Amino acid sequence: MKNMRRYSNDISIVFGGAAGQGIQTIASALVSVLKRTGCHVFACTEFMSRVRGGSNSTQVRITGRKRHAYVHRIDFLFALNADALEHLKTRIAPTTIVFADKSQVPSTDEGLLVDAPITSFARQAGNPIYSNTAAVAVALGLLGIPQEGLDNYLREIFAGKGDAVVADNIEAARLGYAFGRQTALREEIEVEIAVEPEKNRPKELLLDGTAAVGIGAVAAGCTFISSYPMSPGTGVLTFLAQRSHEFNIVVDQAEDEISAVNTALGASYAGARAIVTTSGGGFALMEEGISLAGMTEVPLVVHLGQRPGPATGMPTRTEQADLNLVLHAGHGEFPRVILAPGTFAEAILLTQRAFQLADRYQLTAFVLTDQFFLDSTGSMAAAVVKREPIERHIVETDEEYMRYRFTPDGLSPRGVPGYGKGIVKCDSHEHDETGHLTENFETRRRMVEKRLRRIKALAAESLMPELVGGSADAPNIVVAWGSNRGVLEESLDTLQRADLAGLHFSQLYPFNPSVATLLKGKIVTVLENNASGQFADLLHRELAVSTANRILKWTGEPFSVEEVVEALREI
Amino acid sequence: MKTPSPEKPNPFDMPHKEMGWCPGCGNYKLLDSLKGALFELGIDRRNLVVVSGIGQGAKTPQYLNANMFNGLHGRSLPAALGIKLSNRNLTVIAESGDGCMYGEGGNHFLHAIRRNCDMTLIVHDNMVYGLTKGQASPTSLPGMKTPVQIDGVMLEPFNPLAVSLALNAPFIARASAGDEEETKEIIKQAISFRGFAVVDVFQPCVVFNRLNTYQWFRENTYYLPGDYDPADRMQAFAKAVETEKLPLGVIFREETRPVYEDLLGIGNTPLRSQEFREKAFEKMIAEYC
Repeated sequence: MKNMRRYSNDISIVFGGAAGQGIQTIASALVSVLKRTGCHVFACTEFMSRVRGGSNSTQVRITGRKRHAYVHRIDFLFALNADALEHLKTRIAPTTIVFADKSQVPSTDEGLLVDAPITSFARQAGNPIYSNTAAVAVALGLLGIPQEGLDNYLREIFAGKGDAVVADNIEAARLGYAFGRQTALREEIEVEIAVEPEKNRPKELLLDGTAAVGIGAVAAGCTFISSYPMSPGTGVLTFLAQRSHEFNIVVDQAEDEISAVNTALGASYAGARAIVTTSGGGFALMEEGISLAGMTEVPLVVHLGQRPGPATGMPTRTEQADLNLVLHAGHGEFPRVILAPGTFAEAILLTQRAFQLADRYQLTAFVLTDQFFLDSTGSMAAAVVKREPIERHIVETDEEYMRYRFTPDGLSPRGVPGYGKGIVKCDSHEHDETGHLTENFETRRRMVEKRLRRIKALAAESLMPELVGGSADAPNIVVAWGSNRGVLEESLDTLQRADLAGLHFSQLYPFNPSVATLLKGKIVTVLENNASGQFADLLHRELAVSTANRILKWTGEPFSVEEVVEALREI
Repeated sequence: MKTPSPEKPNPFDMPHKEMGWCPGCGNYKLLDSLKGALFELGIDRRNLVVVSGIGQGAKTPQYLNANMFNGLHGRSLPAALGIKLSNRNLTVIAESGDGCMYGEGGNHFLHAIRRNCDMTLIVHDNMVYGLTKGQASPTSLPGMKTPVQIDGVMLEPFNPLAVSLALNAPFIARASAGDEEETKEIIKQAISFRGFAVVDVFQPCVVFNRLNTYQWFRENTYYLPGDYDPADRMQAFAKAVETEKLPLGVIFREETRPVYEDLLGIGNTPLRSQEFREKAFEKMIAEYC
């Protein structure tokens, strides 16, 4: 006798196959249809650093409420080739149902293998190329989500390819869907998914982390990007290039990262709102430019999508090990801001904030993300997309204008060349108020002090960390930063322990002076994707907070909810 | 010809600043030629940005009363590019030494030519590293002994003219700082040229280069004759690789190469004054819904 298989508001579907087999296309179609149907979806992807072949996978989660985390568990696995089973074998449990073409995947050690002749559905519909459509339809059939949403999606996507292609795809979908339904009935698969009725649904965006950073940059009135491609930071360059005509953004693909950062600084000096995007290795090349920005007080925004290092490391994997890099980048002493969004809404807002702070305080503002964050997809309420007013803090210069005039707050009014009667001299040497190089010791003393003085005002408006589960009274505080917000939130939800609370930092430097009180007298656990606990060390250095437990991971994968739950049980 | 006078001084003269150059340095003459060219062209100093890297030649904008971006060693061209793309109404001149431009910044030199922005590059080419006290530069002649190249320079000298030509730079000239008037005229042509203008200027370093002196340059250079046709690229190559005597003047000039600003569709509004496109933003957000 078979056991009924019930799934309630938390389903993990994984598509596994080689690069070029279409798992991304399948996952993105499924996610789009589910989102339009009113489900909460989240997808994340892991892939090898190659153009074709290898073993990649994408996870699609359908949950009862919004989630932004990876789970180890696989409920339904669509294996597009036999290698996918080997690649994902540690995640295939007796409860996993594997859908595969038995001619290619004859058996599985664990789980239930269901022969899913997806390619033959596509062939029947007219062309093996419709396999992706058939695969999405099988998944929807299993879940019991009406096929209508997929049909509408196919009509839109293939509108330009003619009625015949649309009709064939819908036929492939019909075959796949029927198979999915039959399988659900035969295997007694019962899926319960909370679907918000259309009239109750707030308007939502479906996007990935890269788009969120890109939208934030556009919203900030970013007019200039110069960058050199490097995974996973490249996406933001592509995003702004794609939107460059609509928003008049100047895009220059630089010959190297050194050029990229110096070009951005030149553009910013002349008045543009400029960004560079890169990853750790590329950013290492930019470091002297960051120091130049510090000395010249030219505003700059740097997006750094982290991946595991050192050196080339694992180009398509994830890590949070470049915090120390951005914290200490550049020789000499000068202020900086580091922001690390934990949600897509935060990415949109904080990227804008980075531009604002860069302009207001005339410094480099970092937006620190990682591969997991950039390549994951989810939905967010459209109402959250807010545009902050664009404040440039640029003055029209007069004849007496001096770029580095001493002022009480250390911020000299910022002039740009060609705007006003003055001239703007910007110098990488130590300089006097006019910008002319100097070796006068007293001027040097005052200039260093002027550049550092702004940290105080900056810290006073630094973002406070947010409570992401539990109560502030709890004796144990679990700290996470950047992309680990979702996994912390969900883990705490799972545990439901009154003695545990989560605190998420989206501003990593400088700390708001009030942060210390939140952690005072607490047993602090820090969760981060690196081997040494860089943020825990920063808390100690800046706030004298000692960390009792460090939950660390440095395999190149994101934390799963299961492992964080397990680790938190030890506390 | 217009010349500065007590009644009408050169607006590019800097109020007195202590000079960082050695007495007799070729940089003084080059600075005078540049100031003369800017004055005679009637350039508004408020719309001029002189961008430089680090080195003795790179100090030039410190002694020039105009906007300045004195950035990092080797990185003047990327900064100049950003400035020009951000506001194409600005006249942009990048100025640095041979070490800064052909050594540390060599990659940027290649790609700046490929982009072809409307700007002028003036290289103070003294064939030696002055500020770091006398090591070989990319243009040092083989055999020259230095504290580091104790057996003499072994590397093939970098040939900026031939490299520029190979990359199809639309304006390539060579000047000699000792000849102030001729240098000024060449710089005027370069600044007036629409496109990326490369001017390599022989500039004697009187302290560290005892080989390539004012006299050496006088004896080893000649000006291209009046009937020389700078539009002939193959002939320009022949001139660029001459070593017996080194030609001076505009070696190559081609008026038709499109500038990068135009190819990018950059308008006359500086990026800082660009209006935010609310409607386009709403439309973009709707695409994600």
